[in-house]
Amino acid sequence: MTNGPLLVIEDLVMSFGGLTALMNIQLRVARGTIKAVIGPNGAGKTTLFNIITGVLSPTEGHIHFTGRAISGLKAHQIAALGISRTFQTVELFTNMTVLENVMVGRHLRINSSFFGCGLALPHIRRQERRLRAQAMEILDFIGLADKSRLLAENLPLGERKILEIGRALATDPLLLCLDEPAAGLNETETEAAARLIQAIKEQGITVLLVEHDMKVIMNISDEITVLNYGEKIAEGTPVHIQNHPQVIEAYLGDGTII
Amino acid sequence: MLQIRKAPIAAGMLFILIFPWAADRIPGIDHYPDVMIFAGIYCLITIGLSLLMGYAGQISLGHAAFYGIGAYVSGILTTRYGFDPWLCMPIGALAAAAVAVAVGAPSLRLRGHYLAMATLAFGVIVNIFFREQRQWTGGPDGMTGIPGLSLFSFEFDSILSYYYLVWGIVAAAFFFTIALIQSPVGRALRAIHTSEPAAAAMGIPIARYKIFVFAFSAMLASLAGSLYAHYMNFINPGTFDLFFSIKLVIMMALGGMHSIWGALVGAVLVAFLSLEWLHFFEQFEILIYGAILLLVTIFLPEGLAGLPAKLLERARRPS
Ligand SMILES: Nc1ncnc2c1ncn2[C@@H]1O[C@H](COP(=O)(O)OP(=O)(O)OP(=O)(O)O)[C@@H](O)[C@H]1O
Ligand SMILES: [Mg+2]
Repeated sequence: MTNGPLLVIEDLVMSFGGLTALMNIQLRVARGTIKAVIGPNGAGKTTLFNIITGVLSPTEGHIHFTGRAISGLKAHQIAALGISRTFQTVELFTNMTVLENVMVGRHLRINSSFFGCGLALPHIRRQERRLRAQAMEILDFIGLADKSRLLAENLPLGERKILEIGRALATDPLLLCLDEPAAGLNETETEAAARLIQAIKEQGITVLLVEHDMKVIMNISDEITVLNYGEKIAEGTPVHIQNHPQVIEAYLGDGTII
Repeated sequence: MLQIRKAPIAAGMLFILIFPWAADRIPGIDHYPDVMIFAGIYCLITIGLSLLMGYAGQISLGHAAFYGIGAYVSGILTTRYGFDPWLCMPIGALAAAAVAVAVGAPSLRLRGHYLAMATLAFGVIVNIFFREQRQWTGGPDGMTGIPGLSLFSFEFDSILSYYYLVWGIVAAAFFFTIALIQSPVGRALRAIHTSEPAAAAMGIPIARYKIFVFAFSAMLASLAGSLYAHYMNFINPGTFDLFFSIKLVIMMALGGMHSIWGALVGAVLVAFLSLEWLHFFEQFEILIYGAILLLVTIFLPEGLAGLPAKLLERARRPS
């Protein structure tokens, strides 16, 4: 299955009581690409992320990741398979330092045996030093190395969003799901975030991106899926989507979406 | 960064080491080392509770039951089956851990304070068991003749030797726990405490961590119970009732739930309050605990452990 799509979603339905947040969604994410999911507020984008990452169980449908069925698995099990994410409402470990946040991201890759840790055995202490170095490397990559000792809650919003991406990267994901990484950022920060996402793609990590900033979307995505009221209304390259009449209507009702 | 400072640890250790010597020289408090043995036994329990409450964010209202399980396993296995007292401690601890997993797992898989309710009921049931299963536990009268502890030919039969034994074990539990807090396990627990969705997204199995911490705290409480039984040589169900579970919560609230120091301070203070200072209030004792709990929650939500930081901040701020 190493050549098939990384993520395949089939016939996905998600209902919250009477509200159908996602209707019969089909989605494929090819390896090594940036796939964007866009749509107006309430279209179901975050709900889709929550299902992929195991926060919610779908009402109906199948999800396959690297050829393996993952619907029904718990969030931490899905993380262990190589899907990582950020949250639309930033969910950092606010009372930890920037460095510690990234260190927690390495949790899946380290030994955390209760007794080894309680007895502070030598291999755990060596691992701790290695872990710091790895986390610093990631902070270097995302450009927050000089803030490593600050508490996460003291970062400005832009840097909190970047740190959340760094923490997700620390898990060594195959698929990185970013929920509105540019929301609330100013223009320079947005450009930096877009560059970071491309750099992540160049490392071979597949990216699933939810974003409202059309400039970012059109510039960096390989393929775009458009949701509206829980339904997929269009799919294709940025150029195709930009000229899609239904998309234009869903967004503005006039001729521009950029 | 979570750093446990070395100076207070050194000061605390020195205090524990010289306390019996000093108490012996101060008139009126020469019996305090005996009280400190109970304080140390309580500290073992609250160290585990500080992980459970401060890090896993869960409240137990039934830890007296685990304390009792340790005491009764020690009592029953030594007096009825001739087990070596030292062997009873790990057996009791493992039994307590197994019971904790059985009681805690269903409620810890859910979000919210279901553990408080489950442990409340559990504590009451275990106490009834201690009272009613006369053929095992001696019923309401309890059991006598529980042997003391000895190592090779050395008997821990003096107050002084038992004091150092108990506090040595407290020190071991303390160092184990602070190593844990500063390790990946501690980071994972703090992560769970701040954001469960984010912790899960990092691959941390939340339920398993909470269950493990609960079982660990049950093991420490059981160990404390064994130490109590081998010191008193006598146990009865009244020691392990709901009131004691509540006293444990008061220790945590008074000392501060989010700090292992708070756990120690709260345990020592409540030991002295209940065994020394509040004795003559008799049935009004419970009212005083209620008042303490109320005052602490209102004026010192971080407990006494939060006091230094609070005072420091007040001193810095020009009034
Ligand atoms: N846990 C839930 N329970 C009930 N309804 C929910 C739940 N989560 C989402 N919804 C509903 O599902 C719909 C889709 O929400 P979702 O958050 O996925 O939208 P979105 O596309 O991410 O929007 P936005 O761009 O505003 O973030 C909304 O109507 C929302 O109210
Ligand atoms: Mg959303």
